[in-house]
Amino acid sequence: MPTQLEVRDVTIAYGGRPVVAEVSFVLEQGAIGCLLGPSGCGKTTLLRAIAGFEPVSAGEIRLQGRRVSAPGETLAPERRRVGMVFQDFALFPHLSVERNIAFGLRGASRAERRARVAELLDLVGMKDAARRYPHQLSGGMQQRVALARAMAPRPEILLLDEPFSSMDTELREGLAREVRDLLKADGITAVLVTHDQLEAFAMADQIAVLGDGRVHQWGTGFGLYHEPANRFVADFIGQGVLLPGTVVDELRVKTELGRVAGAKPHGLATGQAVEVLIRPDDMLYDESSPRRASVVARAFRGAEYLYTLRLASGTQVLCLVPSHHQHALGDDIGVRLEAEHLVVFPVGADGSPTRV
Amino acid sequence: MSELAAPVVAAPIPSAAGGRVWWGPGIATLALLLSLPVLVVVGFLFVPSGEVWQHLADTVLADYVSNSLLLMAGVAVGTLIGGVGTAWLTSMCRFPGRGVFEWALLLPMAMPAYIIAYTYTGLLDFAGPVQTMLRAATGWVYGDYWFPQVRSLPGAAVMLALVLYPYVYLLARAAFLGQSLCVLDVSRTLGNGPWRTFFTVALPLARPAIVAGLSLALMETLADYGTVQYFGVATFTTGIFRTWFGLGSAPAAAQLSAVLLGFVLVLILVERLSRRRARYHHTSQREQAIQRFRLGGWRALGAFGFCLVPVLFGFVVPAGQLAWWAATIAHTAYDAAFFTLVQHTLALAAGTALLALLLALLLGYGRRLYPSLAVRASVRTAGLGYAVPGTVIAIGVLIPFAWLDHGIDAWMQATLGVSTGLLLSGTLVALVFAYLVRFLAVALQTVEAGLGKIRPSMDEAGRSLGYRPGEVLRRVHIPMLRGSLLTALLLVFVDVLKELPATLVLRPFNFNTLAVRAYELAADERLADCAPAALTIVLAGLLPVILLSRSITRSRDADTA
Repeated sequence: MPTQLEVRDVTIAYGGRPVVAEVSFVLEQGAIGCLLGPSGCGKTTLLRAIAGFEPVSAGEIRLQGRRVSAPGETLAPERRRVGMVFQDFALFPHLSVERNIAFGLRGASRAERRARVAELLDLVGMKDAARRYPHQLSGGMQQRVALARAMAPRPEILLLDEPFSSMDTELREGLAREVRDLLKADGITAVLVTHDQLEAFAMADQIAVLGDGRVHQWGTGFGLYHEPANRFVADFIGQGVLLPGTVVDELRVKTELGRVAGAKPHGLATGQAVEVLIRPDDMLYDESSPRRASVVARAFRGAEYLYTLRLASGTQVLCLVPSHHQHALGDDIGVRLEAEHLVVFPVGADGSPTRV
Repeated sequence: MSELAAPVVAAPIPSAAGGRVWWGPGIATLALLLSLPVLVVVGFLFVPSGEVWQHLADTVLADYVSNSLLLMAGVAVGTLIGGVGTAWLTSMCRFPGRGVFEWALLLPMAMPAYIIAYTYTGLLDFAGPVQTMLRAATGWVYGDYWFPQVRSLPGAAVMLALVLYPYVYLLARAAFLGQSLCVLDVSRTLGNGPWRTFFTVALPLARPAIVAGLSLALMETLADYGTVQYFGVATFTTGIFRTWFGLGSAPAAAQLSAVLLGFVLVLILVERLSRRRARYHHTSQREQAIQRFRLGGWRALGAFGFCLVPVLFGFVVPAGQLAWWAATIAHTAYDAAFFTLVQHTLALAAGTALLALLLALLLGYGRRLYPSLAVRASVRTAGLGYAVPGTVIAIGVLIPFAWLDHGIDAWMQATLGVSTGLLLSGTLVALVFAYLVRFLAVALQTVEAGLGKIRPSMDEAGRSLGYRPGEVLRRVHIPMLRGSLLTALLLVFVDVLKELPATLVLRPFNFNTLAVRAYELAADERLADCAPAALTIVLAGLLPVILLSRSITRSRDADTA
């Protein structure tokens, strides 16, 4: 697959203070990438730099091999062939849905324009609303129009800035999957910016976790969750707790809950004090287990309960249990640790990756 | 897609290359020019005017101050009772006619104070229809009875209050609607009746808004010249005229103007502070459907009467009287001279409105593109003229323009031996400049409100869809701004039409506007003859009122939808 977007060592600074620092990643044609991170991590700034709205202070950005941003040179946004879906959609209130979609189709003949608009209206399922105006549409419909408008000129890359943030939480994941299907159907390369990991998981092939202007890890949702590169990623993605332990050998670590073994060597010396990342789904409920823990809190999640359990040492861990097993606060229940992906961080050194 | 391999250009994003360099100084210069009249007037505080000032201080200054204060006090009482009362009734109560009063209460805004003053003088004077009927009914003759004298300080206060209360009404109404849902309901659930709720919750919460409206009404009171001049009440504005034309002392007139500006400044500060505080007093996010107290029986009748009085006496009666006068002389009044007058006035107003709009766009865009501290301060300075009385601006324009004219003339005579005479003062240039100083703020506010609705992401959406900044302006901004631009044009147009004192001082010799003509005829006690001109002004003044009431009705429809 040819490379569509290349971001190399990009730094963006305002008044000498870097907001984005030495970020690099590559996106292949047709792939959907995501910049995921807490607010203020620089993800939107980076996206705007790709669009051409922010100049870079160091590094370069290439679209289809063509350099579009470097220090002192920024190709104007209108000459980049990027499509952008804005957080507030930015639909033109004075234009109907079809004229919004046709807005970027300059230079096309009337017939071509009409055909492309019809195609997109069909794609986003808005045929019946073609003549309506933005203020007559619901949030979800506006979002689809914004998407169609950005896709219409067949941009080389589509940029989406928190496109679902104004939606109800229940709708977000569904919409994200819907948008993903639309993009995949057209083979469009896209970059999504979000702070919502479920949205990122639902939509993206590759995710960059950003914190403090840096990329902490670049990988798939599965990889970020099960093999976080450092404590920041472990903390930001999913739930879990860090349990103290000691290295036994190159595969195993001893903890309060017994020995746990990973599939791959972790590369730490025997006897090294470590912390082991325990996800709620690594803790299994097992009445026959000799290891007991008492229920401190529980939250009903529909299919399952998320229990907070206190171990004998006082350390608290999280545990997902199918919801037909009910336990009251204070109950002692049997648990078993079964971590397929062993994630350990040496104690004292903060954030250094222990396995890749 | 290799055909799109465009060359890389050097980078000034988001827009206009290199513009930064001259936008800032350009806007600052414009702001400086527009604040020139005020600077001149204030500057004269440091120029000794000798015995004239001493003479004024010994004789009339105390009168000016006390009359202006008394007038303001009277207007304050009137506008507060009228404005707050009607705002409360129409926004919080349900009674027959409420929906009509909601917009009809704005009608008096179309009536300039000097015109309502002429009308009531004609109505209530000894020879007017009211006293004539009274005498006919009772058989009394002159001296048998007491009748209130319209042409007096209390009369002037009533006239001004009748047309200025809508400022208080508008702002108080918005405040009452904004606070409606949460707090008032809370008060009711805690066992307070409607009256108690009004006085303990609604009124204190709306106080900043009411004070802001009141300060606007009082600024207009201080700026008034036509009414007080006609009624013979000696205030600052009439004093400035007398000093300038009667005593011929420019420094003393400027110094009087500066003192008047001091009063205005206090009002501006009060208004600004109140508006800031009003934001914190805005308690609910969204206007929601209001449960209005239903009034029945004598209460409904009382509410109806309370709202009817200002509409009736602030608009219906004077407009009716003007229409009657105009009709009685219609066969002679609408001659070629009248239409020339209308033509002059319309051309002047339209030209000024266009210019004001262009400048407002320039300032508004400058602030949007390059919001540096200097640019923001300049734009704000340029918008301060609305508070400065026309009389003061006229003095502030005339002095530097005359000085410039004399300078040019002297230089031309010395070097070329020709006299250029008056190039600026006494021409339309000076007049239009004065209008711009006073009314630019109106256009600027409207344009900025329109621009504020265009979020930056709209610009960026246009750019990312392949349009250059200029094209985005043409294809996105202008269509979106169209409504605001038209409103701005209309507002300035009507304000120019109504303006009296600055026109009186600065108009070219033998150049008349409708306002000046009405003033001259009224000064000659030819009240019926001034009706055609006055009525035209009132009718034009109705246009922005219609706009306002439409926006009010629309927001109400949105409420109930």
